[in-house]
Amino acid sequence: MFFDWSAIPGALPILWQGMIVTLQITLVGVLVGVLLGTLLALFRLSPSRLLSWFSATYVTIFRSIPLVMVLFWFHLVLIPLIVGLLFPGQRLELRFITALTAFSLFEASYYAEIIRAGILSVTKGQLSAGLALGMNRGQVMRLVILPQALRRMVPLLLTQAIILFQDSTLVYVINLDDFFRKAYNVGNTVGTLNELILFAGAVYLVICTLASGCVRQLHRKLTVLAR
Amino acid sequence: MISIRNVSKWYGEFQALKKCSTEVDKGEVVVICGPSGSGKSTLIKCVNGLESFQEGEILVDGISVTDRKTDLPKLRSRVGMVFQHFELFPHLSILDNITLAQCRVLGRSKKKAVEKAVQLLQMVGLAEQQPKFPAQLSGGQQQRVAIARALAMDPIAMLFDEPTSALDPEMINEVLDVMVNLAQSGMTMLVVTHEMGFAKKVADRVIFMDRGEVVEDQPKHTFFENPETERARQFLSKILTH
Repeated sequence: MFFDWSAIPGALPILWQGMIVTLQITLVGVLVGVLLGTLLALFRLSPSRLLSWFSATYVTIFRSIPLVMVLFWFHLVLIPLIVGLLFPGQRLELRFITALTAFSLFEASYYAEIIRAGILSVTKGQLSAGLALGMNRGQVMRLVILPQALRRMVPLLLTQAIILFQDSTLVYVINLDDFFRKAYNVGNTVGTLNELILFAGAVYLVICTLASGCVRQLHRKLTVLAR
Repeated sequence: MISIRNVSKWYGEFQALKKCSTEVDKGEVVVICGPSGSGKSTLIKCVNGLESFQEGEILVDGISVTDRKTDLPKLRSRVGMVFQHFELFPHLSILDNITLAQCRVLGRSKKKAVEKAVQLLQMVGLAEQQPKFPAQLSGGQQQRVAIARALAMDPIAMLFDEPTSALDPEMINEVLDVMVNLAQSGMTMLVVTHEMGFAKKVADRVIFMDRGEVVEDQPKHTFFENPETERARQFLSKILTH
């Protein structure tokens, strides 16, 4: 079997467009995911039963459903329903918004557990010290505990971001042209599908390997600093 | 200044404090000692509401710790506390450790807070350490910073919860020296400690606790020379023989 890579150089600009979509989904997923995840972690640890229950339920639900299902469900039902209510009668291009929403909400459930573990890893003595100085609980959380928790969790948060970067290929199922789907389309049109998919896989491999290496380095540095 | 009246506390079935009472007047230095598990640390943490208790009352400068209407953060900001394990904030520099609550709680300007911090760091002999982080300091140095951090709030009284128990022996004195100076400057102090040398030097009274009870509450001379109870005598003979 011979490989024909000739379609790739000419397709690079198209593939780059797809990569931008992939990166946008990853970036928004991480940022919103961490923000929402922090909020969920705080809810989970709050003395309020209602908030704690809400957070636990949210996390359990999203962690128990395959990501593909979440994407499908958001694409077919939830987003059209909400947009239909807000902008009745209009036909809007919703796939990108759907992907961003689904990934953000899905990732939040994973980030929530990481951040909760981070908060619990900060000793109770730090809370006591903050309170003893006259800070209220919110201030102690914001100024003392969260900065330590997030710093400790940076390697895990970044590892989760790398997983999200790979998982973003699942937008394939809602016909959104990310990097992978662009490669697939080019291959399909030109007739060298195998080559394009191999190439796309190699790109993911290189990016993720490099990123993992950086996270390992960072982890080592943080461990040294923590001593 | 601090009134502890019939305070009882339970952890489930276990009674950690049994009708504990004492008074600490303005400018007084009171040392609490006793075997481990006797409730000393629990009692001192009740004073600024870090521990709750089910019965009794504690007043700080006339304000009840348990009253729902009490602004607990405000009350705490007026009572300094020093912990066994220092509890400096590891992600902040020494200077920021001392300025954080001044700015956030007392609303002091950054400039004023830094002035205060530098002045207190000089007092505890650590002025040159201000840009460092807690992990770069020895235990004794960290504890002195923790004292400076508490003093920066201009407290009306200071609580010490076994401030030298986590220190290597050669660092205990540098911390005790700071505490002795503080006592002699007229600060109201309630100190949980096993350092009987410190108690003999600066305490006005010594409280001996055992199994959650205040067993003795005496002027220091009476306590060391002529304790009333057998339990206190035994405790003293155990820690003073060497």
